[in-house]
Amino acid sequence: MKIANKTVTATQLVKDALAKAKHFEDYNIFTFLNEEGALKKAAEIDKRIANGEKVGKLAGVPYALKDNFLSKEGNTTASSKILEPFKSPITATAVKKLEDEDAIMIGRTNMDSFAHGSSTENSYFGPTLNSADKARVAGGSSGGSAVAVALDIVEFATGTDTGGSIRQPASFNGIYGLKPTYGTISRYGVIAMASSTDCIGFFTKTPEDMDLLMSITAGQDKNDLTTLPDYYDKSEAKEVKKVGIIKDFDNDAVSPELSHALKIKVEKLKKQGYEIVELSMPSLKYALAVYYIIVPAEIASNLSRYDGIRYGFRSDNITDLESIYTSSRNEGFMDENKRRIMIGNFVLSSGFYDAYYLKAQKARTLIIKEYEEAFKKCDVILTPVSPNQAFKLGEKVNDPVSMYLEDVMSVPINLAGLPGLTIPAGTSEKGLPTGLQLIGPRRSDKTLINFAKELK
Amino acid sequence: MSRYEITVGIECHVQLSTKTKLFSEVDNDARGKEPNSCVSPVDYALPGMLPRLNGEAIKFAIRAGKAMNCEINPNSRFDRKHYFYPDSPKGYQITQFYHPIIGAGYIELPDGTKIRIEHAHLEGDAGKLTHFSNYSLVDLNRVDTPLIEIVSMPDIHSAKQAHDYCKELWRAMVYAGVTNGDLYNGNMRFDVNISLAPEGSDKLGTRAEIKNLNSFRSVEHAVEYEYERQSKLLDKGEKIKQETRGWSDATGKTTPQRSKEEAQDYRYMPEPDLPPIRLSKKFIEEEAAKLPTTPKQYREKFKNIIANDTLEILLDYKPLMEKLAELKEKSVARVSNLFTSVLLAEEKSVEMLNSLPTATQLSELCEMTEKKELSSTASKEVFLRFFDPDMKQKTARDIAKELNLLQENDLSALEKIVDGVLANPATKQAQEDFKAGQEKVIGFLVGQVMKASQGKANPSSAQEILRQKLKN
Repeated sequence: MKIANKTVTATQLVKDALAKAKHFEDYNIFTFLNEEGALKKAAEIDKRIANGEKVGKLAGVPYALKDNFLSKEGNTTASSKILEPFKSPITATAVKKLEDEDAIMIGRTNMDSFAHGSSTENSYFGPTLNSADKARVAGGSSGGSAVAVALDIVEFATGTDTGGSIRQPASFNGIYGLKPTYGTISRYGVIAMASSTDCIGFFTKTPEDMDLLMSITAGQDKNDLTTLPDYYDKSEAKEVKKVGIIKDFDNDAVSPELSHALKIKVEKLKKQGYEIVELSMPSLKYALAVYYIIVPAEIASNLSRYDGIRYGFRSDNITDLESIYTSSRNEGFMDENKRRIMIGNFVLSSGFYDAYYLKAQKARTLIIKEYEEAFKKCDVILTPVSPNQAFKLGEKVNDPVSMYLEDVMSVPINLAGLPGLTIPAGTSEKGLPTGLQLIGPRRSDKTLINFAKELK
Repeated sequence: MSRYEITVGIECHVQLSTKTKLFSEVDNDARGKEPNSCVSPVDYALPGMLPRLNGEAIKFAIRAGKAMNCEINPNSRFDRKHYFYPDSPKGYQITQFYHPIIGAGYIELPDGTKIRIEHAHLEGDAGKLTHFSNYSLVDLNRVDTPLIEIVSMPDIHSAKQAHDYCKELWRAMVYAGVTNGDLYNGNMRFDVNISLAPEGSDKLGTRAEIKNLNSFRSVEHAVEYEYERQSKLLDKGEKIKQETRGWSDATGKTTPQRSKEEAQDYRYMPEPDLPPIRLSKKFIEEEAAKLPTTPKQYREKFKNIIANDTLEILLDYKPLMEKLAELKEKSVARVSNLFTSVLLAEEKSVEMLNSLPTATQLSELCEMTEKKELSSTASKEVFLRFFDPDMKQKTARDIAKELNLLQENDLSALEKIVDGVLANPATKQAQEDFKAGQEKVIGFLVGQVMKASQGKANPSSAQEILRQKLKN
């Protein structure tokens, strides 16, 4: 990562990044470009460097911020209509930590509205295009962030991963994407999708950069009671000897390209002396169903606050209290938002709660236990991130179930709260990037990053 | 007309007087403050905000639970209760639906009846709406003020008992020091469930719920009204509708608000932003030990000193009981009488209760009265001056002196005054009447002595001397 110093100025880094952002405008990566703010901050950092003052570990490093992180620059919209006018008075904990190290946010990135989606096609601002093929999707929901890093506009970008929203777009664009252990980075100031699975993470071009960003942003936060006590910097990377692969995923659902990529990687690992352990994890086939019960329930609940009353979009078509709610929400949310609100409210309804939500929670416990068993047999697990490579724009967006099926390999670890790291795995014959994910036990984030360095 | 047995269960919301709110660190005391001035981004439900948890509220809940003889659950958890209304910025209330912090217990009424508590749980309060002709204003100051909701068992069987339960519960909470207990400002609000069944029936009838009562009197009257209303319907062979009704103090009637068919589905789910609360046995015991003296303990302490009726009145005023407990036993009866007959009759008694005289002041006052240095009238006079901003720093003796209230106890001096009165021709007729057997004339003569002494004479001594002299 290029850091500003006496020869390379922060202003130059920011100018380059802004120029590239404009050059790639047709990819629809940014919902807001922070030109003025970024240049102002760069000048200030350059002045400190010139004066020999202390600067942060990320001095002058341009980065992109997913549009669901609260910050005072630009409007924080979660790429939705209902929050389009929302200007935040608050800065998210993770953003604050990056800014304290003098990183410079050059823009907010496009995403599926409220992170509901796997392609960034559900954005109120239109889709982001894949970095390798403009006819294909960027992946999602953190599509803008992934493409911003893949096109080398910024050194890194933030993301959120509730069911694969960092790992899948990282895979679709051939870069590194980490979803840390649940509770590692504070969620304070990040617009909630599903509280019990939401994780803050990053897109980078190297595992070394990932390590640095984790070291800066991980840690307990009094404003997020679900954060874990500080562990990242104190933890030691464990030496990986046994790599698990999951038999249950090796079926027709996985595309030939990804099966092939996995096979090549496994052969290489064997040659390098790693032991390959075949795992049977029969509960994983329930993960997607469990995910699409628990997560919509939390979504329906978390989106209740967007009611057109205190902030954000309020419809003009209102006659009474009821219509403030119905019209503002109906006009302000995308179809996919509404679909998930309806599923969520259905599974929480009186009479259905036990049959759906409670049962899903029990199945979730089984999935957690199955991973615990698996990690008695191996150090890390290697799987595809998703069944397919980047698909064509419009291919799945009108078929919600096939879109949901894209998440089948990424959601189990969100349910279990485990860390998962997407690593690039070459380019397929179609010329599309492929990625694979490394999964480890809770708090093994550093082990995953270290292992990714070994695999480079 | 057949007779019915009434069964009542009561849910009570108690606002806790913690320094900050339940899930944020803004001021929990919005009294006299601008609307929407005690609201944090968390209470306002900005995007990305997460609840924090106020440890003081947990401690208060433990104390409140102990004040109701309840089990404290070492493991409890929060849930979300969903509904759309502008008083609920998050679109849900954070409450404890599945795993409440306070378990089963009971409230003991003054007559010894025990009303069982089913459970009590912590939750955040809602905001306040003010409606105008074509718009409404929202004040979120009250949002997420900590509440405990106390749910009783259906153990109450009369309007009087409902009144007594609410009052005893109020006392328990006020004495525990967990609430300001200001009913007028909604610090405690009662939802009363009332059903009737034929006498001797082992099945409960269909209930009506009267929501949001904020005085003991309204509770009593609402239950009386419902008994009448429901028994008339049952007499006519009609069915009681399960519904929520509202009470109007003005009309003295309940009216339907919402029936069960329209009841909301709250879509409860565990609150994923707050980890479960786990309390160690040691922590619970330490907090429980901080529970101040309870009404029951005061009753026990004073039962042989203060008349039962007086004691029950005084128990409504916690600062008084605390003050009485500071005094020596022999002063307690006298001071409790002063409080009952003098202070509580005052218009500003509530304000005055906030600045009670010191135990030293009161003890001296009692001593002086016992030694007859002060008449009982003078004693009341001095007592009231303890609340006078200009006098409240002074001792009982200084006040008595200043007001010239010290009684003349020097018998020879008194005798001279009596002689003077008897020598006055204006009393001649009275003296004769007394000697002729008209007992009540002595009052007139004592009055003359008092007048001559400018009120300083001890009236009983004066009477004694008068009788002696008139006998001769």
